[in-house]
Order: sequence, then structure tokens, then C-alpha cells
Amino acid sequence: MKKEMICAGFGGQGVLTIGKFIAQAAMQEGKEVSWLPSYGPEMRGGTANVSVVVSDTTIASPIVSQADILVALNQPSLDKFGPNVRPGGLIIINTDMCPHGIKREDVVKINAPMSEIAKELGSLRVLNMLAIGVIIGTTGMVSYETIEEDLESFLQAKNPDLLEQNIAAVKRGIMIGNSK
Amino acid sequence: MSKVLMKGNEAVAEAAIRAGCRLYFAYPITPQSELIEYMAKMMPKVGGTFIQAESEVAAINMVYGAAGAGKRVMTSSSSPGISLKMEGISYCAGAQLPAVIVNVQRGGPGLGDIQPAQADYFQATKGGGHGDYRLIVLAPSTVQEFADMAADALDLAYKYRNPVMILSDGMLGQMMEPVEFRPAKTEEEVQELAKQHENWCICPNEDGVNRHHHEINSLEIDPLVLEKHVNNLFVKYAEIEQHEVRCEEYNINGDNEILCVAFGTASRIVKSAINDLKTEGKSVGLIRPITLWPYPYECVARALHKNVRQVYVFELNKGQMLDDVKIAVAGRCDVKFWGKVGGIIFTPGEIKEKLLECF
Repeated sequence: MKKEMICAGFGGQGVLTIGKFIAQAAMQEGKEVSWLPSYGPEMRGGTANVSVVVSDTTIASPIVSQADILVALNQPSLDKFGPNVRPGGLIIINTDMCPHGIKREDVVKINAPMSEIAKELGSLRVLNMLAIGVIIGTTGMVSYETIEEDLESFLQAKNPDLLEQNIAAVKRGIMIGNSK
Repeated sequence: MSKVLMKGNEAVAEAAIRAGCRLYFAYPITPQSELIEYMAKMMPKVGGTFIQAESEVAAINMVYGAAGAGKRVMTSSSSPGISLKMEGISYCAGAQLPAVIVNVQRGGPGLGDIQPAQADYFQATKGGGHGDYRLIVLAPSTVQEFADMAADALDLAYKYRNPVMILSDGMLGQMMEPVEFRPAKTEEEVQELAKQHENWCICPNEDGVNRHHHEINSLEIDPLVLEKHVNNLFVKYAEIEQHEVRCEEYNINGDNEILCVAFGTASRIVKSAINDLKTEGKSVGLIRPITLWPYPYECVARALHKNVRQVYVFELNKGQMLDDVKIAVAGRCDVKFWGKVGGIIFTPGEIKEKLLECF
């Protein structure tokens, strides 16, 4: 098994964190992982993105040119990375910020108003946790339990009050992923 | 110890501390700033000293002083900052001082950009500073290897009393991969390591008085003395060439029709292309030099099996390693080069395309 994923959005939407949680959880579940962020001028005003590879065997290239999974939180990200998703691959689209969508019929598309749902759940800041839930719900590439465990230890140190909201976002994301 | 997910920049810093590095001097620069940041946070916790110097030049001269006192010391920077350190590195080599210098390369020349590149190969392996000297140069290709090299570099530096450079790049510095650290040296072990160098370093005895006359110097004004000194350095370099050559052989076998040579980040992309071609029944091997100096000439020569009809060098520069590969191949086979510059990393698909042109 080898899954190559790109998560992309505006700087601040938490796409690097999506990748980090998935990579961390996959590592804990015994997989080989790599997490490669974009850095530098690309982040200012444009798109921030991260490439994550999860594999049963040693990872050669951490560079992803044809992703199996794309998480696009805004239109520029969808425009930039959408065309290169592998045929038969998966694109998770935040429809609130991707008004034009993408014209591809050879991939599975999960369309969800993710910004709105995040706001409903209490804060736009849980958008990335919602996305993690959608990834788990559609691909099963890591288990919910590992993410929950990591989220608990991460937020306990940082901000325990936010735990409930974040867990709720992951769970809601899984529902979205499962229902499609 | 279990694996942790860490950036290369942080992993190499943690590994250096575990290997007994207690002094670190540097100046921030992207894409290696997480390294200095990690050292700033962790050095005080282990009783070490961290100084953010006023410049790269100051940092390397602090390294010169600390190494002269026999302490395990490290500095780091990225390409333009390494250029600034070159005078000090030459002095360290001349004075036979053990020091570890990490270069997290970015695009050049000049200020260039902050994306990953391999364009400091010449600087690292062919001089960089002035005078007849050599650096031991280690090139990691994973975060794990980057971390392991911190300890290896410190050990090599002290074994040979010579500066060692870890030639990494922005991708390895910025990316996260699982790392398993070697056990940390105890404070007693760190003290013990320092004692091993009392026969040459400038250090006080236990009562705090320095009774030994040791000189740490790179100035030999008498030509005959300098001649002898440089010749002695090269006796040492010959010994390093004999014992410390390292490389990785990947998919090397008698069926190989193409032999690739690539190091560091570039080698990983090449491996992906090789794996892909393997599923199509095409056999391509790779030699990945781990020591860029001393260079694994013999490994490359040995890998030239009879079916190899093309040697292909891939680098993130304009072909700085090409001459070394040609020396190794010695005219037995055609040698091609392809690379990308400007901080742009080639993709497995691009490498595959280049290799397919040779079949």
C-alpha cells in the first residue's frame, strides 16, 4: 500500500497540520511516512501546501507529482493541484471557497461546504480537523482512535478547552466521508 | 526508543546534542533556521552553550576557539552563510581542528533563493576556502540519516582532527520523517570524550592551570615548516581516503542497462524512477555517494557491469559531480548529465523520461 496526498489551501487554514496529523498517526500505526511542506514566498497570499506519503515500504521520493488524494480548501489550490490527481483518485473540495469546482470526471469528488460546517461547529479554526475526518471517512488511511489520541495529547498541552470542538469536527468529517 | 516525527533541521540538532555536542554557534538563515532555533531551546537544558553570533564569520571563529579547547562543537548555515564561513573553515583545516559544519543548501549563486539545491558540491568538496586542504563531506538522503550523521560527523572530526561538513539541503531540512535517535551520551561520557584530546588542545588541567604548551595555529611563516605541515595534512587525507569512503548501492546487478549516480535529495527521486522502471522490466542501478569526499570512485567503477551502456548523473545543479563520476568511469562508458537548478526539484516522472530515452 502506498498513498500520496497533497493538502492545500490559504496560509492559516491549517493544511500543514492536516498533513502532520495524518503522517503522525500513520507512523504510530507502523507505516513509513514523509511530510514535505511548501515553504518560503509561496506562503504569502498564495497557497500553502504539504505533500504526505504513507507507505508499507521505504519511501523513495517524498515529492508527489500525481496525488492519490487531494484536499483543496480553496480555489487556487484546486486549480493548481487538481489536474495532476491520478485518474481514479480522490479530491476533497471545500465548496465554500472553491466556487468554480473542477472539471474532471475520472476522479471521485467529495464536495462539502466545509467552512460553513466548521463555523456551525463553533469555529472556522476546526476546518482542518473536519478535513482530517473526511480523509479518514473516505480512505481509512489512519484510524480515528489514533487521531483522537494524538489530538488529546496535542491539545492537553496547548489548549484543553478546544478538545471537544476539534473531536466533534473530526467525527463530523468522518460522517461526510462515509456518506459519499 | 520509539520513532518520532521530526524535521531534518531539528533531528540533526537533537542528534548532535545526544552525541555530546555542548557548544553551538550560528546565525539564522532560511531554510536551516529550525536548527538554530532548536539549539537555542535545548542547549541550556543540557548545560551547553548556545550563542547566536553577530554574523556567520563570528560563529565560525567561535567554533575555531571551542574546537581548539577540545570541545565537541557545531555550527550550521545555508549556502550564502557557508560562503561567509569559508575563511574560518580553511583556518580550522590548517590548524587541524575538529568541527562540524552543517550546510542546508539553497539555490544560488549569490543570495539565490530559499528552495532546495545541491549547488554547493564544488564548494564543499573542491576547496571553498583557500589553500591545500580537504573537508570530510557527508551527504544525507533521509531525515534519519541526517540525524545519524551528526554523531558520525563529530566522531570523524575528532578521529582525524579535521572539519567535517554535512551537506544537506532545504528539502531534508524542512521535511518531517520518522527518526529513531541513538542513546544520548551521559555527562560522564561527554567529559571523558573531552579528556581524550588533552594531548593537543588548549585546556586547563584539573586544578585549572594550563601547564602544557600546545599551539593552535594556522600560520607557519617559515616555508619549510609550512611545506612539512601541508605534506603531513595529506598523509592524513590519504588515510581518510583509505578508510572512510561510504556509498549506497541501489538495485545494482548484472542486468543493469543504465547506471545512475546521484546523492542526497536527488537520489531519492531517482530511486522512485528506478522502482517504476523495474515494474516495466527495465533494470537501472544507482550508486549514491554518502561521502562526497572522500569520493566513492571505486564503488562507481565496480558497478559498471558489462550490460551497462549508459551512465547517467542526476543532480540539483549544473553537473558539479559529473567530473568525479567521469574520473571513476575512466572512459569505459558514456556519461550523461541532467539536472535542475533554481531550487526546483525534478520529479520521478521527469527522471523516468530521461532514462527511457536511453533504452
